[in-house]
Amino acid sequence: MTSVSSASPGLRGLRDVKNRLFGPLPDVAQEAGYEPDHPKRVGFFTDTSVCIGCKACEVACKEWNTLPMDDSHGQRDALGLSGMSYDNTGQLGANSWRHVAFIEQSRAVDLPMPTFGRPGDDRHDHGPSPANAGDPISLANAQQSVLNAEALSEFDPQTGQTGADKQIRWLMSSDVCKHCTHAGCLDVCPTGALFRSEFGTVVVQGDICNGCGYCVAACPYGVIDQRKDDGRVFKCTMCYDRLTDGLQPACATACPTTSIQFGDLDELQARADARLATLKAQGVETARLYGRDENDGVGGDGAFFLLLDEPEVYGLPPDPIVTTRDLPAMWKAAGKAAVMMIGVAATAVLGSRRR
Amino acid sequence: MPGLGASFGRGGATNFLEDLANSDCIVIEGSNMAECHPVGFQWVGEAKARGAKIIHIDPRFTRTSAIADLHVPLRMGTDIAFLGGLINYVLSNDLYFKEYVAAYTNAAALVSEEFVDSEDLDGLFSGFDAENRVYDQKSWQYQPEEPPNSGSDDPGEAAEQERTDQHPDVKHSDRAQAAGSGGPTIASKPKRDDTLQHPRSVFQILKRHYARYTPEMVAEVCGIEPAVFEQVAKWVTSNSNRDRTTAWVYSVGWTQHSVGAQYIRTCSILQTLLGNIGRPGGGILALRGHASIQGSTDIPTLFNLLPGYLPMPHARQHGTLEEYVADAAGKAGFWGNKRAYMTSLLKAWWGEHATPENDYCFDYLPKINGDHSSYRTIADMIEGKVSGYFLVGENPTVGHPNGRMNRFGLANLDWLVVRDLQMIESATFWKESPEIETGELAPETIATEVFFMPAATHVEKEGTFTQTQRVLQWRHKAVEPPNDARSDLWFYYHLGRILRERLKDSTDPRDRPLLQLTWDYPVEGETADPSADAVLREINGFGPDGELLNSYMQMKDDGSTSGGCWIYCGVYADGVNQADRRKPGKEQGPVASEWGWAWPLNRRMLYNRASADPDGKPWSERKKYVWWDEAAGEWTGLDIPDFEKNKRPDYVPPDGAKAQAALAGSDPFVMQGDGKAWLFAPGGVVDGPLPTHYEPVESVVENALYKQQANPTVERIPGPWNRENPSMSEVFPFQVTTYRLTEHHTAGGMSRTLPYLAELQPEFFVEVSPELAELRGLTNGEFATLVSARTAIEAKVLVTERMRPIRLRNGQVVHQIGMPYHWSYAGISTGDSANDLLGISLDPNTHIQEDKVSTADIVAGRRPRGPGLIDFVEEYRRRAGVESGRVGKNGRDPVAADAGEGSTIT
Amino acid sequence: MLGVKTWLDSWPVYRQLTGSDPLGRGKAARSKGTEATVSRTATADRVVKSVCPFCAVGCGQNVYVQDEKITQIEGDPDSPISRGRLCPKGSASKQLVTSPTRVTTVKYRRPFGTDWEDLDLDTAMEMIADRVLEARRKGWQQVDGGKRVNRTMGLASLGGATLDNEENYLMKKLYSALGAVQIENQARI
Repeated sequence: MTSVSSASPGLRGLRDVKNRLFGPLPDVAQEAGYEPDHPKRVGFFTDTSVCIGCKACEVACKEWNTLPMDDSHGQRDALGLSGMSYDNTGQLGANSWRHVAFIEQSRAVDLPMPTFGRPGDDRHDHGPSPANAGDPISLANAQQSVLNAEALSEFDPQTGQTGADKQIRWLMSSDVCKHCTHAGCLDVCPTGALFRSEFGTVVVQGDICNGCGYCVAACPYGVIDQRKDDGRVFKCTMCYDRLTDGLQPACATACPTTSIQFGDLDELQARADARLATLKAQGVETARLYGRDENDGVGGDGAFFLLLDEPEVYGLPPDPIVTTRDLPAMWKAAGKAAVMMIGVAATAVLGSRRR
Repeated sequence: MPGLGASFGRGGATNFLEDLANSDCIVIEGSNMAECHPVGFQWVGEAKARGAKIIHIDPRFTRTSAIADLHVPLRMGTDIAFLGGLINYVLSNDLYFKEYVAAYTNAAALVSEEFVDSEDLDGLFSGFDAENRVYDQKSWQYQPEEPPNSGSDDPGEAAEQERTDQHPDVKHSDRAQAAGSGGPTIASKPKRDDTLQHPRSVFQILKRHYARYTPEMVAEVCGIEPAVFEQVAKWVTSNSNRDRTTAWVYSVGWTQHSVGAQYIRTCSILQTLLGNIGRPGGGILALRGHASIQGSTDIPTLFNLLPGYLPMPHARQHGTLEEYVADAAGKAGFWGNKRAYMTSLLKAWWGEHATPENDYCFDYLPKINGDHSSYRTIADMIEGKVSGYFLVGENPTVGHPNGRMNRFGLANLDWLVVRDLQMIESATFWKESPEIETGELAPETIATEVFFMPAATHVEKEGTFTQTQRVLQWRHKAVEPPNDARSDLWFYYHLGRILRERLKDSTDPRDRPLLQLTWDYPVEGETADPSADAVLREINGFGPDGELLNSYMQMKDDGSTSGGCWIYCGVYADGVNQADRRKPGKEQGPVASEWGWAWPLNRRMLYNRASADPDGKPWSERKKYVWWDEAAGEWTGLDIPDFEKNKRPDYVPPDGAKAQAALAGSDPFVMQGDGKAWLFAPGGVVDGPLPTHYEPVESVVENALYKQQANPTVERIPGPWNRENPSMSEVFPFQVTTYRLTEHHTAGGMSRTLPYLAELQPEFFVEVSPELAELRGLTNGEFATLVSARTAIEAKVLVTERMRPIRLRNGQVVHQIGMPYHWSYAGISTGDSANDLLGISLDPNTHIQEDKVSTADIVAGRRPRGPGLIDFVEEYRRRAGVESGRVGKNGRDPVAADAGEGSTIT
Repeated sequence: MLGVKTWLDSWPVYRQLTGSDPLGRGKAARSKGTEATVSRTATADRVVKSVCPFCAVGCGQNVYVQDEKITQIEGDPDSPISRGRLCPKGSASKQLVTSPTRVTTVKYRRPFGTDWEDLDLDTAMEMIADRVLEARRKGWQQVDGGKRVNRTMGLASLGGATLDNEENYLMKKLYSALGAVQIENQARI
């Protein structure tokens, strides 16, 4: 009979849990027990400044992962126009592991209309001179925004002005599971259905999940979701199976404009920093990185973003915090209880096996 | 596309997608590239990342506008005024590329003394025949050079041809499109004034023609503030010179207008003046909307063309092969070899039966003598003149304007064959269409027999598509099609086989073309699938010893060579399927010449000799592409030269030279009779040698430039089922445009039926501005009804500031409605069909309908159901002063409903 | 005993306690399913080179086939035009083959019929051939407007622009030999 001792190397490790549930963590895979030669941590950098909202990511994801249509039965009467710009997916869910958000913003600039003359026309030489129209850009800047006043800091030259009497901006962003450094879903999963892969990603194991749903409440981003007709939870796996074949995830493979970039996380972070610097240099003051900061509430994201406005505008929480942040403090007591429970569990399972 | 063909000599895109990365400025106009060609759009992104300015000119703010540097929201249907404004800006500010214009265009050519410009006739050019509403183009011709140096071999025959060219029957036969590869023919080279000062020089005519297209005029017509116009003009002109290039990108946002070919002509003139044609990062990129729409005109299933843009023989002009080639015989340019191309085609079709003695079976070809285009044919169907119809991967009752008229056409056939993947609406019109609901059609009255023949998907058959930049790419078959599903190649091969079998004992001369047709293709597999590879070999053509030809330059007019499509000759060069070449892009240079095969002769950028100066040196180091290598005595560079490889830049044609030998070493537009890009088109476009702003057929605005409101030569197909909304009518007060969404494809048969696409855009909707929503009491997410003189449809409303009213100087506010056209009643995602709202009026050059701009009313709430819909629309017609749209049985004219001929309906 | 050891190793809690993953969130938590993960691109019998059938960009596609079924279609990274990328339509193109509403057998609607009937493919081909000959005869014109035209106006055709070049070629060739001239294509639209 193999014995289980509280002196096992695993339990010894429990004593040092300072950064395991909060704050920067240089190597999530090693932390999760993989040998030092595990693959480098991979991730997504979604650069929304080049997103064209085509939704190839949504479809490629569904195709690869054979996800059901939104109503999961393919019934057309369940389909309907959302009325929210071109977004008919609504949010990330059990059947939508990528979701493209569409945000329309505008503000008016009032310019006089000029005139011209038709030869022999009595309309000749009337109306204000076009010379008075002024520089549309400075005029635009002088105007107050009429919509989303708070959200619309500065419109930038990167994202399209329209005409001169009105400026319009249409933001698009493909959202996805963030594969947090400290993943609330993973921390609370009681069955071990969620696990950290050797690539540093967070994946649900369908053969383990029992549909308890604890993870749903634990996700600070509201990503992980239960499938109604199935009970189990589903979310982006960063195409774990494709990664094992040396391929990129389906969404990043399809993305026509490389808005979704996949790669080694450290490399993506460097690329994102450079992109941000370029945009800032071009005067795009509103550009910012989201989920890039290792000191944020989830220890930084494995899937992070370059946004052109406040996160709230895209439906992202401004300051996500892992729900298990305070767990270490409780852990000491829990640890003792755990050892006892393991004993009980072992007996129970062994007993059941004998039958 | 005749707009490009008449300007440069070939109807295809002049450049290629990847080359957009080399642009310093990209103007996307008449195209929503990010939404409709998302993967191609990566090259725009590439250019932008390298610092290029991206301008999107479009009535709507789309996903393309969203990442452009500047969106210019011009009023629908006013692109000629905008581009004309740019031409005027370039000319009046002396910003054209002088050396390029002087050497490579027809700016110096003198035009006939008889020519009168539209500026002097209030919107009409000289030669207008008011009765037939067509132009006699004689007065638009060049003043001939003296002495003539490049005349025809057979002046008498050529003169006869020119005379018959002006016959209305011939005009309506869409001759212009035959400029698809080989520009329009000209009587002779022009007399020139190289100082460009002669008042009748093309340059001066052009200057006068566009003098009134000022920024202020643009503001009035297009609704674009002069400051914005100025911004566009500055970016475009400052990025068009020796060191920099600007590219223009268009799509059906330009072609689907009553002046569509002229839209493209205007752009061609501008890009020529700026010296952007044939140079890297320049050009005019025509973005086609379907996988092989370029291929479908190259090897056309079009009434007016044979493969390779050879015209379909016309009864009035082409009684014999001699007459057929008379207009080209002995002419300058590559069209001079028309006889060799045609003879090779006839040899490919009738093999050993085609001999010099029988004119190579030229007489076997049926002749056309008028407009036999799609919409005319639908009208003929309603009149009971057509018995049978094949729809092969096409869904006209949804994808074509005026679905009701299309359905009436189908309801009056004897039989209909539909080949498709899905049970599309064009196959079920007899039991499910809107007219069943209104009672205008009923299964019990429709005699049409319908055969639904399931088709194979793109992965269930082999063959080539020709994509937007003329590249043929071979697809391999991945799996067998299921059950009865078969490729269209299978269907036509076996139908032909059965028909030949049926007639094998016939002695009727009428059956001889079919019985003598070369029709022995190897078949393979259980289903006896014919070999697409064998067909491609036949298209490529064979030499005297049965060897595959390498180039159309090898084609002969003596019957010793064959080839089904001369411009595709070379696709099987060296006995290799060049379309199946897949050398990875990463292992090639930027032109990637070893991926697939482009016509002509694998040249990726057309007219690329113009990337060098007249002496053959690159215009600049930065824009180096193809140049003359003096030491090697040949043209060389990144691409295959679109020029005779060893023709020196200083070559001057000797007297009496013919075909390509008659073009100089500095004539880059090798398919044109004079080797030049045409600023002024003496031929090839039927509605004017210069583009002129007309309002759309259905407009809420009066033409600010001329008394002539709309294109005087527009084609109409009148009938109770195709009523027109009067312009400036209070009953139809809003402009409407139609378009695609990224999530769907055309008439929806390939997208509404796919679960993952259907859910992304699940319902038919229209887009309106907040101002229009307020005016008409429309609510976001609720239904609205749109009404035209054709019918009424309902759609969910999306209120968005991306749609905007245009305020004109006189205070008139033009409201614009956006309407994606993907829906109908079948499939997973459904809705009314946008195209039901539209009428059919046609560009006289192409017979393409104007569906990018029309008028309608919009009101809140759902449309009437059942027969109430007919009364509802009829009341609108009455109020607008439009004739009744009521129809008789099966859509026939109420009077003629029982008197049709050739129909089985009793 | 060995059996028990093996069995215990497969038990996550045991691995968690004895291995390097004390919190049981990584290596120790891997299920049988996870250990058996294999990408279906790796198990495909063959990868077939194709081209997307939607718009005219002509994106390269790799078509994965397993047991004579298509298991995946994705962008061909070798294509210099598309560089492996696909839009939502191209990404959904496998569903053209597998769409739940695809019709793969011949359907026939007789004159004045109120519903579809089934028809054998060979019979349908013969029936269509009959009708083509009859329509050709009915609409035949030797002369029109005083000129020889030797054609039929009884027969018309409209093709989509997703037809292969080879298909368009056979269509134009056959129709012309039959004398049919009202032959059109989406390219006009």
